[in-house]
Order: sequence, then C-alpha cells, then structure tokens
Amino acid sequence: MEKAIVYKKIKAISFGVLSPKMIQDMSAGKIVTPELYDREGYPVDGGLMDTRLGVVDPGLVCKTDGLKLKESLGHFGYIELARPVVHIKFVKTIYDLLKATCRGCNQVMIPTQHLKKQISVLDEVRVEQGFEAGRRKIKEIIKKYLAKDKCPHCEAKQEKIKLEKPYNFYEGETRLSPIEVRARLEKISDDELSIFGFRPGEFRPEWMILTVMQIPPVTMRPSITLESGERSEDDLTHKLGDIVRINQRLFENINAGAPEVIIEDLWDLLQYHVTTFFDNEVPQLPPARHRGGQVLKTLATRVSSKEGRIRHNLAGKRTDFSARTVISPDPMIELNEVGVPQRIAMTLTVPERITEWNKEYLKEFVQRGPKLYPGANYIIKPDGRRKAITDDTKKEILEELVPGYIIERHLINGDIALFNRQPSLHRMSMMCHSVKVLPGKTFRLNPAVCNPYNADFDGDEMNLHIPQTEEARAEAKILMLVETQLISPRDGLSVVGCIQDAITGNYLLTKELVLSRQEAVDLLYNCGIDDLSALPDKEKLDGKDVFSVLLPKNFNFSGKDKSGNDVKIVHGILKTGYMDKANLGQESGLMLRNLYEQYGPKSTSDFLGKVSKLGITVLSRRGFTIGIGDMDLLENTYDEIQQTIAKAEAEAYSLIDDFQAGKLEPLPGRTLAETVELRILEALNRARNKSGDLTMKQVKESTAVVMAKCGARGNPLNIAQMAGVVGQQALRGKRIEHGYHDRTLPYFKKKDLSPNAHGFIRNSFKSGLTPSEFFFGAMTGRDALMDTALRTPKSGYLYRRLSNAMQDLKVEYDGTVRDASGRIVQFSYGEDGLDVSRTQNGVVDVMTVIHNVVGEIKRS
Amino acid sequence: MKKDHEELYAQYEQEFPLALLQEIQSKVPADISQEKLQRVLAGVHDVYVKSKVSPGECVGLVSAESIGEPGTQMTLNTFHFAGVSEMNVTTGLPRIIEIFDARKDIKTPMMEIYFKEPHNKKVEFVRSFAAGLKETVFSDIVEEYTLNIFDQVLRVSFNASLLEDFDLEVKEIVKQIKLKSKGFELSHTDKDISFLHKGKPEELKSLYLLKEKLRNVMIKGLKGIRQVLPVKRGDEFVVLTSGTNLKDVLQMKEVDGARTLSNDIHEIHAVLGIEGARQAIINEVYKVVEAQGLNIDIRHIMLVADIMCASGNVKGITRYGVVSEKASVLARASFETPIKHIINAALEGEVDYLTSVVENVMINQPVPLGTGLPGLVTKMK
Repeated sequence: MEKAIVYKKIKAISFGVLSPKMIQDMSAGKIVTPELYDREGYPVDGGLMDTRLGVVDPGLVCKTDGLKLKESLGHFGYIELARPVVHIKFVKTIYDLLKATCRGCNQVMIPTQHLKKQISVLDEVRVEQGFEAGRRKIKEIIKKYLAKDKCPHCEAKQEKIKLEKPYNFYEGETRLSPIEVRARLEKISDDELSIFGFRPGEFRPEWMILTVMQIPPVTMRPSITLESGERSEDDLTHKLGDIVRINQRLFENINAGAPEVIIEDLWDLLQYHVTTFFDNEVPQLPPARHRGGQVLKTLATRVSSKEGRIRHNLAGKRTDFSARTVISPDPMIELNEVGVPQRIAMTLTVPERITEWNKEYLKEFVQRGPKLYPGANYIIKPDGRRKAITDDTKKEILEELVPGYIIERHLINGDIALFNRQPSLHRMSMMCHSVKVLPGKTFRLNPAVCNPYNADFDGDEMNLHIPQTEEARAEAKILMLVETQLISPRDGLSVVGCIQDAITGNYLLTKELVLSRQEAVDLLYNCGIDDLSALPDKEKLDGKDVFSVLLPKNFNFSGKDKSGNDVKIVHGILKTGYMDKANLGQESGLMLRNLYEQYGPKSTSDFLGKVSKLGITVLSRRGFTIGIGDMDLLENTYDEIQQTIAKAEAEAYSLIDDFQAGKLEPLPGRTLAETVELRILEALNRARNKSGDLTMKQVKESTAVVMAKCGARGNPLNIAQMAGVVGQQALRGKRIEHGYHDRTLPYFKKKDLSPNAHGFIRNSFKSGLTPSEFFFGAMTGRDALMDTALRTPKSGYLYRRLSNAMQDLKVEYDGTVRDASGRIVQFSYGEDGLDVSRTQNGVVDVMTVIHNVVGEIKRS
Repeated sequence: MKKDHEELYAQYEQEFPLALLQEIQSKVPADISQEKLQRVLAGVHDVYVKSKVSPGECVGLVSAESIGEPGTQMTLNTFHFAGVSEMNVTTGLPRIIEIFDARKDIKTPMMEIYFKEPHNKKVEFVRSFAAGLKETVFSDIVEEYTLNIFDQVLRVSFNASLLEDFDLEVKEIVKQIKLKSKGFELSHTDKDISFLHKGKPEELKSLYLLKEKLRNVMIKGLKGIRQVLPVKRGDEFVVLTSGTNLKDVLQMKEVDGARTLSNDIHEIHAVLGIEGARQAIINEVYKVVEAQGLNIDIRHIMLVADIMCASGNVKGITRYGVVSEKASVLARASFETPIKHIINAALEGEVDYLTSVVENVMINQPVPLGTGLPGLVTKMK
C-alpha cells in the first residue's frame, strides 16, 4: 500500500555562522588528501570525492547513509587548516570590530555607562524599524565613539587599524596575521557583542577567522564523464583540490621547521585559494582560472545574478506537462477555449484515478494505447510505480487494472489548461482555457483574447500547461478562466473585445445593411444562434434587428459611439447608434462592462464570442477589401489639401523671411532661432492635421475610411499620410536638425530653414516620396525603433522592482493593507476599500441605482 | 435639502466613503420622496459592499502589474513640448522611474506658482513678480570686466537694458556685493563699479580671484530658480519656474500657498511633510500616466505612494529603499545583491518566518495570499 506520508510545514528558517566545533561535529569525514580517485577509478578515502560525502557515480553507495545515486543528498566534510585564514565575506565586519575594540584590554571603546544606553537604543530601533535600520544605527554608534585614540577603560593608546584590501590588516605599520586577529576577537566579551548587532551565545567573532573549513558534499559538485571516458571535475572540486594541496604543503613545511618566509608565502597562497573558493569576483584579486584561462565559477557566482541559484532555481520553477508552439487565430472557437493540436494532446496527459464507476470508460483509453487518440500513455500503480503502456504491456495492464490505479490519459475536449504568453506582465498573461483538440500543428485561440496576452499571429508562440491535481484544476477553473478575467484590475474596464474584422462587420451591419429574412436567419444560425424568436417578424430586416438578437432581453444601455453619437439599447433592442470600437472594443466603452455586471461572466463571454462571429460572417458575406483605389481622394479634397499645404509652406517661408529680416517677435523665454523653429513646426503640423480632417470628411466612402471610423484599424492620420500628405518628421520634438554643418543633407544650401530642408514631407505615401523625403522618413523611423529597443529593458526593470517591493502586500480581514510583517500600509485599500475590477472605471455606479429607483432622469 | 433627508444621509455616513455620499446627494433629484431616497441609499449600499475588496487579495502585485504592464507603452522621449509657450518637462517612463527611485536631484525641477486674489488677474503684477523670482547672479547683468593692471583696478560695467529689465540700480548692487569684496575700495557710477585693491600693489591674482568670486554672487531672486515663465491658466495668471524653491516661495504673501506646487518630492517632504510627499507622488505619477493617454486606476498609484512613504521617509522602490526594509531575508536576497543579505543575516542570526511570497515559492509551500491564506478545518467523524 501507499507509504505513509508525513506532512511537515517549514515555519521559519534561521541564519547563522557555524562554529569550528559545529563544522567538525556535523561533518561526515575529514578530508586529508587532494587525490580524487585511485588507479581503478574509485574515490579515495579521505579524498575530495570520498563516498562518505555522497555519491555521484552509478553503482556506488554512500558510506554515511547507505543510499545510492540520486537518493543520497550528500554530506558535508571538513578540513583542518594549517593556519587560520580570513573569511573574505566577513572582512568588513572584522575590520569594524578591530577598530572599535581596545588593543590593550579588548573592550569596546565605549564608556561603560554609555554602552548600556546605546544597546537599549539599538534594540528599540530594531524592533521599530527592522534589521536594516538597526544596521545603520550600529554604524552610527560605532562612528560616534571611534574618533578617540585612547581607550576609555584602560587608557591605552590606540594605533590606527588599516585594512589593505582584500584581506590584510595592519596596525600602524605592522601586519596583523589572522592568528593575531583571531586572538583579539576571542577576547571580546559576550556582553559587548550585542552593540555590534550579534547575538551572544549564538555567535563568536573569532568564527569569522576560519580554522577548519567545510567541504561541500559531492552531490553539490558532481563530476561529469566526457564521451572519451575522461572525467571532468566541477569548478568547486578544482578549487578545493588547490586548498587541500596547499594546506598539506603548509602542514609539512611547518612540521619540517621551514623558514618563516616560505611558510608566510604558503599561508598567503592558502588565504588566496580559500578566498577565491568563496568568491571568485573579489575586485582586488586576480580571479582563479582553469588551465584554459576560463574563470572558475565558485560559490558566490553560483548564488548571485539572474542565472544564480536564487533567482534561477529557487524563485523560478520548471514544470512538466507543458507544451509550446506557434499560435494562429480561430474565430469559431469560444473565448474560453484553446485549440490544441492532436499531437500535443497525445503527449500531454491528465491523471485519472480508476473507480468502480469509471473503470470501463478508462479501460477504453488503455485499450487504445499511446498511439491511438484518445488513448493513454502510462498507468501509475497504487505503490507509486509508473508503467508505460505499449503493445506488449497493454494486455497485462488491462488485466491488472483495479480501482486505485491511476491512468494518464490523453487530453480530451473540455480538459483544463493554462495558456500563457511571455512576457507575462499581468495576471491576464496566464489564463485558463478549456482544451479543444483540433487538427493541425498550432495552438488556436479566439482573436478576441489576443489583447490580454498581447499576442498577434506573426509567428508568436505560446505555452500550455496541464494542471495535474484536482485542487489545481479547480483553482484554475474558478479563478483563472478567461471569462473571469474579462475585467482588468488596472482600470475596471474590459480587456477583451472584438478586434479588426469583427468591429468592421458589426459596424457595417448596424449602420447600413438591410437583409432579407432568409439572409438574416442564415447569418445568425452561422454564429451559433438557433433561438430566432427575438427576430422581428418582417421580410426586410435592418442590421440593427439582427444585432439585437444577440442582446439579452432586458438589457438597457445608453452611451456614445466612437464619433460621439448616442447609442441606445432599450429592452435588448438596439434603437439608435452604430456598434463600433467604443462599445465592442477592449478598454473602452462601458457596454461590455455593463453586460458583465448584470449578466455575469458566462453570458458576457458568450455574447462576445457570438458578436465577433457575427461581425466576421457579415463581413465575409458582404465582402470587404482594400486596394490602392481606397486612397484616392475626390478632386476637390485633393486640391484643398494641396492648398492647405501650400498655405502652410508660405507661412513658413514668411516666418523665415521675418526671422532673417529680424522682424520676428520672440516668444517669452525663447531665443529668436527657437521661436522661428517652433512656429514653423506648429504651422506645418496644423496643416497636416487639417489635411487629415479633410480626408476623413470627404464624401467618398472607402474601406480604409470605414475601418478608421469604426476603430477597427488605422486612424485618420494614417489615411491622410497615405492619401494626402505625410507631413513634418519630428525628432525629439523638433524638426530634423542633424546631419552636416548647418544643413541636414548636402543636397540643401547651408542655413536653409525651409520646410523641405528640415524634414517636411509634402508628398503622400501614394504619390511617392522624393529621395530626401524618404531619408527623413527613415530617420524618424530609426529613432522610433531605437526608442522601443531602449524602453523595453528599462520598463522591465521598473516592473521587477515594483513587483518585488509590493508582492507581499495584501488586504487583511479587517480591510487594512499590510505587508508581510504586519505593518499597515493603508488603513483602507485605495481609501475607500473598493476593488477596481469590481467598479466601473474606478467608480461605483450610482446613476444606475438611482435610475432603477426613480426611473429615467433627464440629463441636464 | 429637506430635514428628514439629512437624517437619512446621516445614517449612512458611517457606511460610505464621503465622496460616494456626496455623489449620491448631487445626483439624486431634489424632489425625491423619503421612501425612494431610502431605496437609493440601500441600493448603493448593496453595490458598494459588493464592490469591496476581498480579504487576502494581493493588491500589491495587482498594482505592480497595473503600473508595470503599460510601462512598455510609454514614450522614452525625455523632453517634450506641450505647445509653444510651455517649458521642457521630463515625461513618460523616465519621469516615472525618477519618481519611484525617489531621486534626490531630478532632471527638470519645476514649480507652478499661483497667486491669491486679486493678484492672479493682473498681468503686470504677475510679470514683474516672475522677473523678481529668477535667480540673478552678478555675471548675468555684467557686460564687461576690465582689469587695469597699472592702476590695480577692476572695472565692471553693466548692461543698461538688462539693469532696466531686472529693475536694478547700481547702488543696490554695490550694497549686495560689499560683503564679498572686503579689502577693496569700491566706487561706482550708474553704469559701472570699480574695485581698487587696497593691499600690496603686486598681487594681481587677488583681483582676478575677486572677479571669479563676484560672478556667482546672487543679486536678486530666489536661489535655485533658473527660469520663469508667466502663463495664463483659465482666467488667471500663474508663474511656471524651472528650478524650485518651495520654502521661500510659500513665504511670499501674494502667493496662494494652497495651490502652489513643486515637482520635487523630497522638497515637498521637507517643506510640507510626509503626507504632502505622498500626495505629490500620486499627483506626479498620475500626471504622467494621463499625459501618455493610459488608463491606470488611481488606487494603484496610491498604494505605491503609500509604501514609499510608510516609514515616514520617502523611500525609493530600490534595493536601498523599500526592498531593504522587508522582514524576510530570502525576499531581500531574491531581489538584488543576495550574498550581502545572506552574510548579514548570518552574522546577526536573523530568522525568516516565511510570511511573504518568494520564501514560500522557494521552499514549495503555499503562498499566504488569496486562496493560500485561509485554512480549512474539517471535523473527522
């Protein structure tokens, strides 16, 4: 039967410094020889790869716990250092201690009566402001009393202690050897330790000078066997080898009574090796290298940085049961669904436990095996052993299946999956979808959920994870399902919405289409609506009637569309207004928000799915295309635009003339040259904006204009640039000034201030750009590109800092916001305790309530 | 307002935030009946209670996401012209970073000075006031320095038009610089000042040094104000300055201290205190967010401002600021400089009680937030 599982919860982790005795007591063996293996290739006893420290080779058994490879966690060993050595990471603390204690009586150089007071002050600071503030206070206290060169206790004159980085101490001119330093530290009494922030009883300052050193277990520094059969040792093992070797030589030389110079040299070398073992990036030391010149990766390097133990392995986890592939759109699947290729569905599995009731059902999966869909890949026996289902084992497995076995079956429709796209900047970057197995090799998702993931289909890849336990699945489904994430906690508005075609389609439908009853029914049925009772009994149907079928029966709404016209829905019927981005799109109108509030997540996502299907279907039946002809302007519009530009250019020239004649009035706080620049820029931009307006105002409807009007794609400016005039290219808010001396390109005259010499593009993209215009366009294009490239890492770092600083803030049961240590940050979240994602754009909707009670109120 | 209505509102005073109550009061029709008002209030109360945050909600992370995610959409352009007659302002991402770092010296310190009635309507007054604010040093108004080697005289002649602009007279200037020019004999006309060296005639150097010393003597205005610009805001005039000196400006009697602003958080902290600094952070960040056309709820920005000011000092969101105050060793180590934190923790025997997020992620335990917070007790029969 199953092993009895002992559940333990870690309550706290305490940090501390190991005493030499502790190191010896906890060690599994003393290391005495730098040799690693004997002639047969077995680890040498007392060597660095000693099997008492754990095993990294198959077949060997750890002598300490009797476990095999991968079972034994490994054990620490130790070596006795011939001479004490300074621990590089404690140098600063040692230095502070030496400076603050008397060389004669080894007492802290603070008068006794002050000492007590300072300790209590320190304790207070610690309790109130935390460790970091305490640390600062310690420095302050020490500094305050440091200036004296006479001990207040024994009146001994003090010599100045100097630290020659990285680890040599001098008193005056004489060097203090680690032995002497240690002797001094030993004499500091326990009572005085707390002024330095140490805990008496748990810590002795002399432990900061190493007399014995821990040898990390073999499992922490596994050797790898190369293809050639040669063994390659870990960097740590190399370093430890150096330490043990030098240590032995030092021992031998001391015992042989070698001259002091040689011993000093070896001692220094030992110090160097021990130092680089802990940290190979000490600024003043040359880093220890491999024979090839490659820098060794020792302990400090392993821990720090993004690829280090903490951020890479501890704070970041890896997972099984995940898949990654290219994404592509499928408007016909639901918002909540994700299309999974069959091949992935056959690799990822869901564990299902056999019971009396599902035994036959699950047996079918086993019967089909791993190669037929939907089958099963593994079974897990009650004792925890896992067995692969193959053609050979299938029969045997089928016979032994009894309740209690777990089948790892293929993904089937309706399974729960988490779907994610990097960068995962907000919680909507990872949402729960239900699996829909589809042919093909890409993940399919509804285009409406592109926005929260910030995905497009130009080759984006996304990840899929399959939760393996019931708890995980429940949590994912209840908290992370797409429809529960519709409202962004950032602003309380919808993050999903129709995009592109779906918007255009609905816009055209509600604006101008008139359909026959047959067409309308056909259309609606195509988007999955079979209840047509809401369709008015008429032969000729307005597009609004068709759209209204999707709306809930008692839905009331009034708002504005993108161009500011009223949109009114009364009792589930769209009375006036067109459906465009303002109401269907994401992060804008309140229609979706209202629907969500009144009818809940399920029907909102249903509605959204149907609306986008409707829009797309409408559009594909009506036909919608864009061509160069859409950029054509009416004759008089074109003339008007040309005139506007000509006028602006004339204005610019007259400004330049005025400037050169010295007749120009400077703007307050600006020089003349700046003034003329600004005014030219302003005039040209005005012309461009005006030509944009003119383009949009023209009567001739082109598809491009339709898209810009309903907000599906493009804006008036884009169209104006294609059809009318591209306009002034601006770099850093100014006209283009870079290039040669006094001119932008050699093509122009020096000091030419005219519009075209400083990046004004008077052509449109359709009419074509002149070479100089093209070059200016490329300049601003490059600038924009660089801006993005520089911004991404900056904002990424800001985000990392913010999330690290605030991740532990939570709302307590009493409504206060507190951090992990219980410190109150806000008495009521956001001053009113409202959850942004439950409000409409951050406010409680008072109007609707009043509305419901009083009835329609006339808007003043 | 009817009396019984007031009573009703009074009943709900404790239930709602004040702003919400006021909103109801302004939106409800004045002639509403008692019974209907009761229903409105009850209805809003329902909505309000439903909209409150759930305990355990990890509001910190939500705020961090809400601010961090749109960060990628912000412009990097440091300088940006809002119209012709405005000044350079740091906006976009650089400004946000600057505020959250709680930098001591910001790139573009600015003030907006408002005036009390009736001064705010008078162009002439505002203009001359502005001119008086600008920090003017000696060399700003000097046209020429002449060093006469034979006579040991340094003659400084002023630019007459500048003198007029600044409304200065040579007499006043002499008063200002007398202290700085000890050991010299001063004589002046209405256009220049001459300094005669009193001591040994050989020391030319001291005359030169005097010149250098005089250059930076402040003649007029407030320290730190580099540029002034009177502009019209609505129907009143305000003065925009580049460079700040909130303390001195607030002491001027024509200035409306309630509305006058600086964009230097630390300065506001020093002058107005920590609550002022918190509000300044909120305002400044919100200003940038709005200018970028982003929609971030103010509550998120408030939370960041609150955590920056929670200790009573303005702390930046950096490894030296907010993060260094965390109780957990592992949380601090997982951010930046892990070794430093672990070594310090070891020396002082710190204990990590695993109360926040990363530590629990590290040791594979549920995080005490959201659904990880409550425990479930079952009675086993």
